[in-house]
Amino acid sequence: MGAQKKGATARVSEDSEVVAHHPLQAILLADSFTTKFRPITLERPRVLLPLVNIPMIDYTLAWLESAGVEEVFVFCCAHSKQVIGYLGSSEWSSKPDFSVTTIEANDSISAGDALRLIYERQVIDGDFVLISGDTVSNMSLTQALEEHKERRKRDANAIMTMVVQQSKPSPITQQSRLGTDELFMAINPDTKQLLYYEDKAEYSKGFISLDKTLIADNPSIILHNDKQDCYIDICSEEVLSLFTDNFDYQHLRRHFVKGLLVDDIMGYKIFTHEIHSSYAARIDNFRSYDTISKDIIQRWTYPFVPDILCGSSAIKLERQGIYRASDVTLSRSAQVGSFTVIGQGTTIGNNTKISHSVIGEGCSIGSNVTIEGSYIWNDVTIEDGCKLSHAIVCDGVTMKLGAVLEPGVVLSFKVVVGEQFVVPAYSMVSLIQQPTQQDSDEELEYADNSSGIVEVPSDKLNGEISSDLSNTQYGPTPELGTGGVGYIWSIFEGGHDEEWRHSVAPIPTDKLAKIMLDKDEDEELLTQGGNALVEELKSDSEDDDNEGSRDDYASFEKEVEATFLRAVHENVKVDHAVLEMNGLRLSYNIAAVDCAAAIFYSMMKLAVESSHSSASELHRNAVEVITTWQKLLKSFLHDIDEEIEVILKFEEICLESAKEFSPLFPQILHLLYDKEILQEDAILRWADEKEGADESDKVFLKRSEKFIQWLREAEEEEED
Amino acid sequence: MPGTQTLVNDFISKLKKRKIEGSQATAKQTAELLRSVISQTRVPYTNQAAALIQSVKAVGERLIAANPVELAVGNVVRRILHIIREEDLSLTTAAMAGLNLSAVSDDEDDADRDNQPVLSAAAIAAASRSTLRPPSLQTLLEDVPDSAAVPHTSSSGGDSEGKSKSADKSSRSRKLKHDVIEAVNELIQDISTCHEQIAEQAVEHIHQNEVILTLGSSRTVLEFLCAAKEKKRSFRVFVSEGAPRYQGHLLAKELVTRGLQTTLITDSAVFAMISRVNMVIVGAHAVMANGGVIAPVGLNMVALAAQKHAVPFVVLAGSHKLCPLYPHHPEVLLNELRSPSELLDFGEFSDCLDFGSGIGAPLLHVVNPRFDYVPPKLVSLFITDAGGHNPSYMYRLIGDYYSADDLVLQRRATSGN
Repeated sequence: MGAQKKGATARVSEDSEVVAHHPLQAILLADSFTTKFRPITLERPRVLLPLVNIPMIDYTLAWLESAGVEEVFVFCCAHSKQVIGYLGSSEWSSKPDFSVTTIEANDSISAGDALRLIYERQVIDGDFVLISGDTVSNMSLTQALEEHKERRKRDANAIMTMVVQQSKPSPITQQSRLGTDELFMAINPDTKQLLYYEDKAEYSKGFISLDKTLIADNPSIILHNDKQDCYIDICSEEVLSLFTDNFDYQHLRRHFVKGLLVDDIMGYKIFTHEIHSSYAARIDNFRSYDTISKDIIQRWTYPFVPDILCGSSAIKLERQGIYRASDVTLSRSAQVGSFTVIGQGTTIGNNTKISHSVIGEGCSIGSNVTIEGSYIWNDVTIEDGCKLSHAIVCDGVTMKLGAVLEPGVVLSFKVVVGEQFVVPAYSMVSLIQQPTQQDSDEELEYADNSSGIVEVPSDKLNGEISSDLSNTQYGPTPELGTGGVGYIWSIFEGGHDEEWRHSVAPIPTDKLAKIMLDKDEDEELLTQGGNALVEELKSDSEDDDNEGSRDDYASFEKEVEATFLRAVHENVKVDHAVLEMNGLRLSYNIAAVDCAAAIFYSMMKLAVESSHSSASELHRNAVEVITTWQKLLKSFLHDIDEEIEVILKFEEICLESAKEFSPLFPQILHLLYDKEILQEDAILRWADEKEGADESDKVFLKRSEKFIQWLREAEEEEED
Repeated sequence: MPGTQTLVNDFISKLKKRKIEGSQATAKQTAELLRSVISQTRVPYTNQAAALIQSVKAVGERLIAANPVELAVGNVVRRILHIIREEDLSLTTAAMAGLNLSAVSDDEDDADRDNQPVLSAAAIAAASRSTLRPPSLQTLLEDVPDSAAVPHTSSSGGDSEGKSKSADKSSRSRKLKHDVIEAVNELIQDISTCHEQIAEQAVEHIHQNEVILTLGSSRTVLEFLCAAKEKKRSFRVFVSEGAPRYQGHLLAKELVTRGLQTTLITDSAVFAMISRVNMVIVGAHAVMANGGVIAPVGLNMVALAAQKHAVPFVVLAGSHKLCPLYPHHPEVLLNELRSPSELLDFGEFSDCLDFGSGIGAPLLHVVNPRFDYVPPKLVSLFITDAGGHNPSYMYRLIGDYYSADDLVLQRRATSGN
């Protein structure tokens, strides 16, 4: 309500100014609409979490201010009271040329909802910057804005400019340094138009598909996998109305960007702006929290670095990247290693070793403690002999004598870890019990596919959690050792083997080795079509149930046909064709049997489609095709069963797709036998099987009776 | 004073975000800001000087904390505090002279100045205001009346003017503020004309057919070189590019458009070229009380090369760059580490900065300091707007510009926060 009033006044003052000068506006989403920072975000919104001892939203606002934005609308949803309270008491509420207005809504569950609500308020007029409250940047907006405006003048459909930055994903884990999945973007190098955006590419599929019209429409396309989406967008006001028109748009990228890219009716275009020397990144998960903290400490975000940004407490940068506040009590024997930040009023005891860590304000750390790569927030008590490595420890946590945190642990607010207790790796510990799994709300699935937890209604969180906390009696829960308080969250299903991807801890080397090994195998399979491998794989693929793969098979057949035709027309060597077919087969996960059938089908189709006037000419065509490509077919026929499959397929062809072949059935069967594609055993077994079938099924058997008879006799002779 | 308050906050946020570049601009804006602070400060009938000092100090502390690396801010704050003290003193003495008061001065500011040679009240009353200070070396050498000799040193110039008028005015209250503001105006004037003042001396230092080497870009150096060129001196300039910001490129461009024969070299080629150089002329970020120089990174190397080949190393610095502190003072923040992106492209090196694998700690560390410290023994000559000086003379110049009481300003600032 207060927010609305503020919004209204802002609008009035803006109206009076609008003639003279158009202020640059920004929408800051102070809610991530995901659950990646659970359990911490149950108690505090992500934008208020300290990043190198300063709340994330301060970095974003400081950047917006220095980039020349004059009006910011902060959209608060989860924990909106906390965000509004923080902004009200901070310096941001009293800047002369920089107004921060909060918009509160408790029922929004996605960025789409937020933008629809903002559209209803009608506070935005003109271009605006759309940013999430957890973005750290020091880029200059001037150039990007000019480019955007210039494009808008020429083409009213250019409604959005996305900021991207080069960042190579790790070749091993297929994720970027920020812990996000590998992102594929197709960009027109001349116009910088974004043509394709895929952040959920399934690596196992082994390919991505681009619409053919893209290539027809654009003279050149560069497909990038080394670009990072900075989640800073310069939008025109149409963007908001688009969200309102398409009420099912929820996610900015997955729905909105992809939706615009595939929608060619409206013709809206998205462009990219690449930054080189400046920095921009969004904190999306614990891994990026770690990475961006380290980037800040290494001063990539200059001038948004602790010693400059930190207002009241004077922090000094010392050698080796150590940031120390003015009144830290440091024992003489304590060793503070490089790239460490120590906040105000913290005391550190004897022989304690700290490296690559951030320690907040008012912490007391005992003697003989080892802290490595960890993030310790404010007012944390760590007693003697504790060991922390690559953990996040929130406000007010107490770690009793000798407690140990293994890599990747997250301790939420006010948790107490008992004496000598070892918190296992990647555990999430909170005073709040893990919300029970509910699958009713499918809507939220988009938010975080890897988690099955559904957002607890945020208004409930705002009010009741504090009372929950006080009401519940925390006895000595055995979960965290003697004297420990808190629940260890069980790791949700599906995310179990992926937890290391998004954790603050570096990926363990054995994990990396394992991925590397898996990948090597995959690659071998993809590139080599050796018989031995195919043999080995067959056993796997036969186990698969083919029930659900009907469609797959149909598209596979088409693909095989296309490949085969290409091979014929471009005179591809048989060996290469074999390789390609094998690749196709693996990517579709199709059994060798079906593959052979599909190849045979395409061969026959080719024969039919080549010009012929009589049955004899058709026969000649077939002979020609089979002779040329016998090797290809043979490399997929390894045993009798497969050969029988081919015969059955042939029957099917004669009955359905190419009836011209039906009179030629015996001849071609004979031909296949002659070329040693089919063994006599196979043909005989096919004949035996067909013996008991219906009369209608026996048509072809009867036609080739003579041939089979001949085969039988030949066999008997041999036996004699 | 709500108006000033917003001005102050605005300026502080600009300083914090490093939006103001260059000592001269910073110094000028600081002086202008403090002028409006002074003019808005309400002065009580008694002890006006203390009130002014207090309000200037309060603002000054915040300004210094906003960007402790930019020493010019602190310098200007101290200069203005000194101006207030001086003006107050001159008014007091004038008043005393008029009233023929007793021998002992009861002014607190006078008592503070106990480091100065003690003079009797009679002498104070009798003597001209400017003799109060120990006479500067320049005055002694040139044997000219002080007020005429250095019209550009603000305080003395303003003082002598103010004093003569003050004698016959009875209302001290408006007078002090007025005088202070006038003196500050002169300071601002000085700061904005310091380039010309320095450049005037160019012909005395640059001779025909000489080769001058400089590093990076400094407006003072540019004006200095151009002034010599205008006086029909023909000489060549070697410009070292000044990595990582490569401002030497800009300087070279500017020099060429002004018709100077320019050679651009890399920083690493300085030692190879120095034997052909007759004089090194560079700008500075700040000059410390011991004559040491805080200068753009790379200059220590140049100074050492110059020393090795006995090439004079000349530093140009406006008087607002004179810092009354010593480099070993704990509150002096000598350096600032800037973003590594000035050295290398983030995207290119992003795979070296992946903390997801390995030990989870960066193996690559990029250090990008902004300044070098050049010790006084490597500097041959300082050229300020008050003339050329030896490094060992710096403390005397500083004594002219600052009061000893104000040196601790910054220490108070850090402990206060």
